This record gives sequence, C-alpha cells and structure tokens, in this order.
Amino acid sequence: MFLAAAAALIAAMVLALARAFAGPTVYDRILAVNQIGTQTVLLIAVMGFISGRPDFLDISLLYALINFVATIAVLRYVKRDRARADKQS
Amino acid sequence: MILEIISWISIAIGAFFVLVGGIGILRMPDLFTRMHPAGITDSVGAGFILLGLLPQSGDWLVSVKLALIFVFLLFTSPVATHALAHAALLDGLKPWTKARDKTRDKDGAP
Amino acid sequence: MLHAVGLFAVLFGTWVILSGHFTPFLLISGAVCAALTVAITLRMDLLDRRRDFLGRVWRLPFYWLWLAGQIILWALIVSRKVLAPRLDIDPVLERVPSSQRSDLGRVMYANSITLTPGTLSTDVREGEIEVHALTQAAMEDLKSDDMDRRVSATEAAPHKPAEPTEGER
Repeated sequence: MFLAAAAALIAAMVLALARAFAGPTVYDRILAVNQIGTQTVLLIAVMGFISGRPDFLDISLLYALINFVATIAVLRYVKRDRARADKQS
Repeated sequence: MILEIISWISIAIGAFFVLVGGIGILRMPDLFTRMHPAGITDSVGAGFILLGLLPQSGDWLVSVKLALIFVFLLFTSPVATHALAHAALLDGLKPWTKARDKTRDKDGAP
Repeated sequence: MLHAVGLFAVLFGTWVILSGHFTPFLLISGAVCAALTVAITLRMDLLDRRRDFLGRVWRLPFYWLWLAGQIILWALIVSRKVLAPRLDIDPVLERVPSSQRSDLGRVMYANSITLTPGTLSTDVREGEIEVHALTQAAMEDLKSDDMDRRVSATEAAPHKPAEPTEGER
C-alpha cells in the first residue's frame, strides 16, 4: 500500500514536472515547483514508513518549511525583477 | 486489523487525490484554474495520506510529527497560493474565461 | 512582554516536541536557543505586537470540522471536473464581502476560501475579498454560504457595536 502511494506521488510529480517545463508563465512554473515540493514532503514521509525509519519525518517537516519559504522567496525575486524591468523600459 | 484497513483506505484516497491534482495541474487552461487542483493535493491529498500514516506510526512522537506536518501544510499552502495568485494578478495576468476562449482575443498586459 | 513570553513558550514547545528527548542537556540547550531567538527578535524589533485574538476560541473546533467537510465535498466536485472528458469549467473573478472585524479573522476567512478547492482568494481588503472561482456554482455557493458568518462567529463580540445587526445579513 505504501508502495502504491509512493508510485502515485511519483506519477503526480512527473505530471507537475511536465507543467513546470511547459510553463507558459513564470508563475505556472513556480506553482508547479511548489506542487512538487508538497508531493516531496508526502513522498519522504511515505518512504520513511516503507523503510521503517520514522526519522524521515524530521526531514519531511523541514522540507515543508523550506518549500514555503522558497516559494515566497522566488516570488519576491520575480516581483523585484519585473519592477526593475518596468522601470528600465 | 480494522484500524489497518481504515489506514489503507485513507492512504488510497489520498493517493487518488494527489493523482487528480497532478492531472489537473497539467490539464487546466491557465494559471488560476490550475491552482484549484493544486489546492486539492495540498489539502485533501496530504490530509488523507498523513491520516492514513497515523495509525501505522506506533509511537506518540511520530504521530505528533505527522500532525505537525499536516498543520504546517495547512497553514503554509493557502498563503503561498494566495501570494502567487496575487503576484500574478499584479503582473497583469488575465484569468482565462469561457468567453475569452471562444473569441480567442489575445490582448497583452494592460 | 506577554508576546515575548508567548514566543518563548511556542519555540521551546516546538523544540521539545521535535527532539523527543528529555535529558537535562537537551532541555537546557533548547531553553537557551529559544531565549536567544526571543532576544534577537526583540533587538531587531520584529515582535508582532498586534492584539488580534479570537474571542470565541471554543468555536474553532466546530468550524474546523465544518470546514473539513466542506473541503472534502468540494474536492470531490473539482475532481470530477478535472477527470471529466470534456473540460466543463467557467472561471469567474469577483469581489465578495467579508464581515470580519479583525485582521486575524480576515486572514482566516481568506485562507478558508483558498483551502476549499474551487475557490481561491487573490486579494484581501478591509470589508471585501477578491475571489477566483473555478465555476459559477462555486462562486454562488461561497456567496450564499455561511462561511463568512461562521468565521465571524469565532471572533469576539465588538466592544462598541457599529451597527445593531451584528454579523447577520
């Protein structure tokens, strides 16, 4: 059952990865990467249960936090980049 | 035994919703409509998978961590989604609508 | 001061839960780390001193239960839309009034909107929230729905009621 869940998560990650490649806007890519991050959090948790090592949950927890901060940080970066481009044009 | 079955069913439901989120993010026509399936993964998919893992943990520390992951996801995912949607709107991205799809007018940023 | 103590309690509690060991060394280093963080926060003047709090906290669990049911219901609806062979969506972007008095209540309402599949908050102002909905039905449901009223019900009653009709519309 754990393996099936992991397989579903990986399949969904591939789909999100396809969206990250396809774009078309920066925001689509950020959304897709954020989505992959959420799926990774779940995948790490499930992998921890597959291998019988619940310590994986600490990594999962950390990943959830980093994923959020990374999304906000990239968003800020893109926003500032856009503002600068507007000023120049 | 019953708990085990419940946990497996829950994980299966969660995996299904994660898959739906993945399909939706690929299928929907524009950013804003894509965010709705993405939200399914964040809330329902994650919720059911973590709920299903809960009876398998066997240690209160592991259970608390699972609950903590769920709470973090529940607090951070809507904030990230909101920030993304807000930034995209400020950038001049026009939401896809049925009418615009039919007429196929392609006006750029205002 | 109360805010600083609260921050310390949250940080130290997180430390204890995540470590899971109760040896004196780990507990003391946890307390030192939490105290250091609070000190730096105070020095950088980053402490949030707003006094928003929910007046009727005991209503929160009921609200969360109701919200969970709502989320699962709409997840099923949106899943059917996603898996349908023909894409049957009609997205709308509209402003929806919000009756919360505090920032915390507004954030709760906006986050609840975003968490529910099918609706998505894109802008939060005082008294209204801009919402993107996947279908017309989702928007109608949000407008007619009592989510706004339920969130407001977890807030405290106003000290000086601006209008006699409190919360109800």
